[in-house]
Amino acid sequence: MLELSEAVAACHPVRRDNPYRPQMARIVRVYKMVEDNYLFTLRFLDDRLADTFIHRPGQFVMLSLPGTGEAPFSISSSPTRRGFIELCVRRVGRVTGALYRLNTNDVVGVRGPYGNGFPVEDMGGADLLLVAGGLGMAPLRSLLWYAIDSRDKFKDITLMYGARTPTDMLFRDELVSLVDRPDMRCLLTVDRDPSGSWRNHVGLLPALFDHAEINPAATYAAVCGPPVVFRFVLDRLLALGFTKDRILMSLERRMKCGVGKCGHCSIGYKYTCIHGPIFTYWDAINLPELV
Amino acid sequence: MKILKLPKPQLDFFASVLQQFGEVHAPVERNGKFVFQRLARWSDARLDYNRTILPPKKYFLPPRERLFDYREGAGYVPATDELDKRTVLFGVHACDIYALNILDTVFGGPYPDPYFQARRKNVAIIGIDCTPDEHCFCRSMRADFVESGFDLFFHDIGDYFLTFVESARGDDMVLATESLFEEVTRADYVEYKRRSSRKRESFRLDVEIRDLPEIFEIEYHADIWDDLGDKCLSCGNCSMVCPTCYCFDVIDSAGLGTPEGERIRHWDSCLFATHALVAGGENFRGSRSSRIKFRFYHKQRGFVAEYGRPSCVGCGRCIEVCPVGIDIIEVINRLRGVEHARVE
Repeated sequence: MLELSEAVAACHPVRRDNPYRPQMARIVRVYKMVEDNYLFTLRFLDDRLADTFIHRPGQFVMLSLPGTGEAPFSISSSPTRRGFIELCVRRVGRVTGALYRLNTNDVVGVRGPYGNGFPVEDMGGADLLLVAGGLGMAPLRSLLWYAIDSRDKFKDITLMYGARTPTDMLFRDELVSLVDRPDMRCLLTVDRDPSGSWRNHVGLLPALFDHAEINPAATYAAVCGPPVVFRFVLDRLLALGFTKDRILMSLERRMKCGVGKCGHCSIGYKYTCIHGPIFTYWDAINLPELV
Repeated sequence: MKILKLPKPQLDFFASVLQQFGEVHAPVERNGKFVFQRLARWSDARLDYNRTILPPKKYFLPPRERLFDYREGAGYVPATDELDKRTVLFGVHACDIYALNILDTVFGGPYPDPYFQARRKNVAIIGIDCTPDEHCFCRSMRADFVESGFDLFFHDIGDYFLTFVESARGDDMVLATESLFEEVTRADYVEYKRRSSRKRESFRLDVEIRDLPEIFEIEYHADIWDDLGDKCLSCGNCSMVCPTCYCFDVIDSAGLGTPEGERIRHWDSCLFATHALVAGGENFRGSRSSRIKFRFYHKQRGFVAEYGRPSCVGCGRCIEVCPVGIDIIEVINRLRGVEHARVE
């Protein structure tokens, strides 16, 4: 998998002269996945940049809205799908509020990719277990499609994803279409199903472990979601016998620079932007301010 | 390193030569305190100052600076305000130069900050030795001597300044004075060493730092952090005057009804309540005790993990400006001896 690292290192559109300088990108699609949780598809105005931009699953970009400001977003698209970047954005603050007022063809600033991303080189040859709760699917979706598109680089692939209801499920149609795939296990659950038309699991996320055989010694687990997911899923993984350095988590903090300078994203003495956002569970429990 | 000496009476003439290397700034007295500022005349310079209110970082990371202009169609255009302005900072103390070297590591690395780097290149630094006062503990922080990061460094050896020439630009300054500088004799070195050791012995504050990372780990839950949280006003004064505090915030300012605007960065402090506040309202350091703990922790422990040494240089400014008397030496000593970890 060395080629991905090299490709990312070679193609760093903003790093050469000014790491803070956003490149302009056009919103080519706004997809209303879930209320207040849209998928924005962006393409750099500069075609050469658009076609060469590549990232590691788990990395993020800084998104600029002229006049409003800048905020970090994990990249939801896979580096195996080039030419555009997908950001799954929840309307929650000033920058995201302004983004929601924009339409297709409007222009925003993008710089990155930043952060360490998942150690896909180390994960190669292993089983993958992706566990997402709620919005945690946003950063894991990049890894999911990277793994599916590079199918021969990994052994078993299992996705466990839980949302409150079917209408809260990110990437629902796309994920439902994976359920019948023979080359992976896609386990989807909802806490409750008011519509009655949900054809997958109903129940809490940890219950999905009863439907998958996991071999902890041969598996890397990537976990993302709200604190309650971390709490129950991590306990479950440890009980199964996962070692703490094979459990990977994506953390989020306030960021102003994305490149290890402004100080805002520090957790204890680590900067989420350069040491993370992907941390092993071992690293994470040694961060004094994790929770 | 090239070492020469300058007869003290020649300093004025040397200073007059400096103008060709940039606008000369030096410590000047203001209301009983000292500030680095542009000299109206050389005689305003107070080379006997103890410490300036703000460290020289203001020349490299200005309190407020424009990073970009945003223009529709052109995108984000980097601002170049005064980046190429040549300045000579005369009379910088070793601890403050050491601090700049520490900032070099932060603003360098794989993502060099072009604004900081440009200023670092265009601001010449002439260091001068000093006499520790009651707040100085640079020796404990191993920043009482500095071997790089300046152009020239002057050490008082009586009738002369022993002059270390560190950079090619420093050498040009020396050469521009023709034959003002003289060869150093054995006796000059002896005098230099005598004064160095006298300086070493004149520190009134001392604190052991080698095992601080471990001490900070052990005392992470100590009561002292709650005590300090109760006392601290979150005013951020300590960060503003700290020569190695570099946190910044970035804001966009747009004109009313126009698609054009600026992106500004300004100093920030981890003591401010919004420092770790994220969209949605989660604040990872909502309490004052967590913020002041973070500040000490990052400076004295976190930096060691990242860069191999604490980022504190012992300049004493935070002790001097804290309105409620929070004293880093006292904090470290309490952590080291008096406090007991709360059992959780």
